[in-house]
Amino acid sequence: MDKNKVVSVENIGKQYKIFSEVNRYMTLRDKIVETIKSPFKMMLNPTGSETFWALRNISFDVDRGMVLGIIGKNGAGKSTLLKILSRVVEPTEGHAEIRGRVGTLLEVGTGFHPELTGRENIYLNGAILGMKRAEIDRKFDEIVAFSEIEQFLDTPVKRYSSGMYMRLAFSVSAHLEPEILIVDEVLAVGDAEFQKKCLGKMSDVASGGRTVLFVSHNMSAVLRLTNECIILEHGKMVQRARSQEAVDYYLSHDYEQGGERRWNSEEIASATKPFRPILLRVLNQQKVVTDSLRSTEPITVEFEYELEAPITGMRIGIYLATTRGEFVFTSFDTDDTERFNEHSERKSGHYISRCTLPSDLLNEGRYVLGVNASVFKVNSYFSDQNAVIINVNTSGAPGMQWAEPRQGVIRPRFEWEIIRK
Amino acid sequence: MNELAKQPDLTEEVVSIHPIKGLVGINLKEIWRYRELIYFLTWRDLKVRYKQSVLGVLWAILQPLMTMVVFSIFFGGLAHIPSDGIPYPIFSYTALVPWTFFAGALNVSARSMLTSGNMISKIYFPRIIVPFSSIIANLVDFFIAFVILIVMMFVYHIVPTINMLWLPVFLLMSIITAMAVGLWFSALVVMYRDFGYLLGFIATFWQYVSPVIYSASLIPAKWRLLFSLNPMTGVIEGFRWALLGTALDVTPLMFILSGAISVILFVSGMFYFKRMERVFADML
Repeated sequence: MDKNKVVSVENIGKQYKIFSEVNRYMTLRDKIVETIKSPFKMMLNPTGSETFWALRNISFDVDRGMVLGIIGKNGAGKSTLLKILSRVVEPTEGHAEIRGRVGTLLEVGTGFHPELTGRENIYLNGAILGMKRAEIDRKFDEIVAFSEIEQFLDTPVKRYSSGMYMRLAFSVSAHLEPEILIVDEVLAVGDAEFQKKCLGKMSDVASGGRTVLFVSHNMSAVLRLTNECIILEHGKMVQRARSQEAVDYYLSHDYEQGGERRWNSEEIASATKPFRPILLRVLNQQKVVTDSLRSTEPITVEFEYELEAPITGMRIGIYLATTRGEFVFTSFDTDDTERFNEHSERKSGHYISRCTLPSDLLNEGRYVLGVNASVFKVNSYFSDQNAVIINVNTSGAPGMQWAEPRQGVIRPRFEWEIIRK
Repeated sequence: MNELAKQPDLTEEVVSIHPIKGLVGINLKEIWRYRELIYFLTWRDLKVRYKQSVLGVLWAILQPLMTMVVFSIFFGGLAHIPSDGIPYPIFSYTALVPWTFFAGALNVSARSMLTSGNMISKIYFPRIIVPFSSIIANLVDFFIAFVILIVMMFVYHIVPTINMLWLPVFLLMSIITAMAVGLWFSALVVMYRDFGYLLGFIATFWQYVSPVIYSASLIPAKWRLLFSLNPMTGVIEGFRWALLGTALDVTPLMFILSGAISVILFVSGMFYFKRMERVFADML
C-alpha cells in the first residue's frame, strides 16, 4: 500500500437481511422452529430471510490530508460505508485498508451517562472514543473551555439543557486527534450559533493536514470543507469528482422530481420529535405541483407538517440556494411581527405553512429549496437543506428579445425611464 | 490549533477490514490496548450504582444476607436439610456469596449488551469489554459479601484449616465461571431477543441444580460425577471445603471436572462471542 494512501477501499459490499416490520429480530424460538422444520434449507440459507445490498462494489482511495465528502440521498449507503470504515460493522465482501488511528464523530454524546457529572462524562466519553487518560488530562481544560460549561462541570448531565449537552459532547469529540476523522452529520442538531462553531472546528481539523471523511446533506458545508466528493446512489458509487462538480451532479441528478418532497417515517430521525415533516411542494400559478416554473409567475411553496406536542416560539424557514451553494434568500413564516405574536405557541396538530414568491424574482436556472423548523437560539428540530429542486425558465421575462444568458441570480422587472433632453 | 497541525507520524499501524470467515482468534493485545476503557466502564457502573441507590454498599450485603435468613428459616430450620454438620446459616451463606456473584454476573453481562447498544452500533472497540467490565464491577459486591462471610466465621467460631490456602483457586474459578457464562449469555441475548426472557428462569433452575440450599454430599455417589458437570458445584463445594472445612466426600475428581468444564465454557464463550461480535452492530 502506498504510504500516501491513508484509506484504500476495494470492492466493498454490505448485505443486509430484510426483516419484516413485526419481526425485526431473530428469536431463539424462530430459530428452533425453523431448524426443526427444514434443516436442509437452514444449511443452504441459514438466515431464511431475504437480503439486499446496502452497498456494493465500492472502491476508492483517499490521500493523506485530503478532505473527502460523501454525498447521496438518505438510504444511499453513506452511513453504512462510514460504519464499515470505522469497523463498527463488517463488510460482506471486499477489502479496505486504513493507515492510522480512526476517530469517529458519528453521533455526539454516544456513551454519555445522564447520572454522571460533566467532568466524569468527559473522561468516560473520551475513553469510549479511544483517548488515553493522559491525553484527556492534557486536553481537559481545552475541552471545558470550548464547551463553555465551566460552572456546571460537577453537575450531572441529566440536568443540562440540550444545548449544553450537545456542546459538551461535541467538544469531547472535537478534541480527539486521530489521523483519520470520520464525520457523519454531526451538524444536524444544536442551535445555529453552535453549528457555526462546529463547522469552524471542522475546518480547523481539515486545514490541519488530517484526513477527513465527511458525510453531510449540507451542500454549502460540503463545498466549504471538502476537496473531492464521492456520490453514492442506491448503494453504488456513481461518481467521484472535485467537490463543485460533484455537488452540481448530485443536485441535478439525485432529487425528488416533480417539485415535491415527501418524508416517510423511516427517514426522519427521532430527534425531530415532536415535530414531524410531511411534505414540501412547489406550485405554479395554476396551483399545479411542478418543478418547472416560469419566472414571470408567482411561485407557491407549501410545507406540511405535524406537531405531536405544542412548541413555543417555533418558526418554519425556507431557504433558496443556487446549485453552487450560494443562498438567494431565507424567509420564516413568522417574520411578520403580527403573525409572530399570533403564533407564539403552536399547539399540537396538522399544519401547512404557505408562502408565495412574487413573480419576476428569479433568473433562469436551477435552484435548491430547503426547509427547516427551529426555535431561535434554542433548538433546530428539523432541517433538510435540499428538499426540492426547481427549474426556473424565463420565457416572457424582461429582455427576452435578446437571446443571451443574463448575469445574476435574480431577474427583476424594474421601472426604467428613458429621458431625452 | 497548532496541535492539530502536527503531522501524523508515518509509522502508524495499518488496519485491514474484510469479511471474516470461520473461527476468529482472540486479539488479547487489542484488549490490553483498550484496558483504560475497561477501567472507565467499570468505574461508570460502580459510580452510577452507588449514586442511584441510597442503600449502595448496603445492598451488596443485604441481598445474600436476607436470602441466607430465609433459607435458614425454611430449609435449615423447618425442612431440616442436612448441612454437613455446619450451622445452616453459615453453610448456606458460604454458598450464597459465589452464587449471588454468579447470578448477578449472568444478569448484568446480558443487560450490559443491550444498554450499550448505542455505543456498540456507533463506535468500534473490542465488544468483549462490555460484559467484562460489568462483571468486574460486580466483583466489588462479591468482595463486600465475602467480608461479611469472614465476620460470620468469627461469630460461629469457625477456625479456618489449611484448606484455606486453596481459596484463591476457588475464587478464580468462580470468576472464570461467571465470565464464561456471562459471555455466552451476552452474545445470545443480542442474537436472540427472546433469550432475555429466559434469563430469570435459567438462573433459578441453575440454582436448584447447584448445591446452594443443600450439600453435594446429599447426592448419591453414582450421580456425583454427572452433578459436577455443573461448574458451580465445584465452586460452591470448594468454598465450603476451603473455608468451613467440610469433610469432603466430594472427590478431587469432581473439582477437576467442574474446573475443566468452567475453563471449556470460558474459552468457547470467548470464541462464540468473538464470532458473533461482528454482527452485533447490525443486530442492536
